[in-house]
Amino acid sequence: MSLPRVEHELHNRRKSRNVGLGLVLGSFVLLVMGMTYVKLTAQNAAAAAAFEAKQAAEQASQTGASD
Amino acid sequence: MSDTSINTQLTTGDASFGDYFSLLKPRVMSLVVFTALVGLLAAPQPVHPLLAFASILFIAIGGGASGALNMWWDADIDRIMKRTQSRPIPAGRISEQETFAFGVFLSVFAVIMLALAANWVAAGLLAFTIFFYVVVYTMWLKRWTPQNIVIGGAAGAFPPMIGWAVATGGISVESVLMFTIIFMWTPPHFWALALFMKSDYRDAGVPMLTVTHGRKATRRHILVYTILLAPIAIGAAFTAIGGPVYLAVSVLLNLVFLKGAFDIWRRDEATAEADDYKVEKKVFYFSLLYLFGHFLAILAQAVLGAYEFGGWS
Repeated sequence: MSLPRVEHELHNRRKSRNVGLGLVLGSFVLLVMGMTYVKLTAQNAAAAAAFEAKQAAEQASQTGASD
Repeated sequence: MSDTSINTQLTTGDASFGDYFSLLKPRVMSLVVFTALVGLLAAPQPVHPLLAFASILFIAIGGGASGALNMWWDADIDRIMKRTQSRPIPAGRISEQETFAFGVFLSVFAVIMLALAANWVAAGLLAFTIFFYVVVYTMWLKRWTPQNIVIGGAAGAFPPMIGWAVATGGISVESVLMFTIIFMWTPPHFWALALFMKSDYRDAGVPMLTVTHGRKATRRHILVYTILLAPIAIGAAFTAIGGPVYLAVSVLLNLVFLKGAFDIWRRDEATAEADDYKVEKKVFYFSLLYLFGHFLAILAQAVLGAYEFGGWS
């Protein structure tokens, strides 16, 4: 015969702490991933815009030289 | 003989997640989140929503960490004051050492993460805010001078400046004005509270103005600071963060706040005790609405401004 398992207040507190910490850490990982994606996308967009501007300037100078 | 008894007493180290969260002073943190968010949204430069969310989160964690360090240092007076006796340290749920480690770790974490999410100016301001609240206010001024609230109020005034710095990477007249509104608002707000929470501060030996200079002087100080606050708060209407909506809200809120401060100044202690500090309590609760109203009006101006509507031009 097994006795019914009684959850003590202490176990509930530990469980809430562990579940809470797990959720916080999981959310933090997702947040850092999101931040990295946003930062890299912004940097790529800025680099692409700078590259296109440089190419356009080079083309314009070449066209000017051939005239 | 063997002892098989189990210790079921709650000891430190058995704290719940909520206990750790309460170390961060969630109510203070909500004010930090709101004012920092307004500072960020009122700034002229747009910020990516995720980076804005992350920045506000790290500002909130930094503010909460300074709250935890405040509870660590003030554990002795928290045990005496009725209002603070149920906090995790006085209640014995978390140890002082653990609170210190928790506060220091979160402070460093929040500053570094804010630098990564936004920029080093915002992170530097956050670091200075934590230093100011913990070292200048909590450790130095709070138990030394009755002007503790005046100078210490600066710590609570920094969040909109940090929010602004997240977006712009700098400091401007507008962000300094938002700082000044909270800075000048803090003394009348806390002194109104001190007038009706009198025994708590006296028992703990905190040199509140009510204890050192008397209640009549405190009433006078509340009136003076409220008078000084009004032109600053209304004057912000004529800067980039203001506009007609803000002006209307600010004039109305300042008139009511001035009336309340005047009523407090006019009353004597016998009258106040007779009606259980009815006016003082009313002014204290109104002061919360006053600050919320001003920052909500700044936010409204920012939203209206985004649709090119609501400004002076």
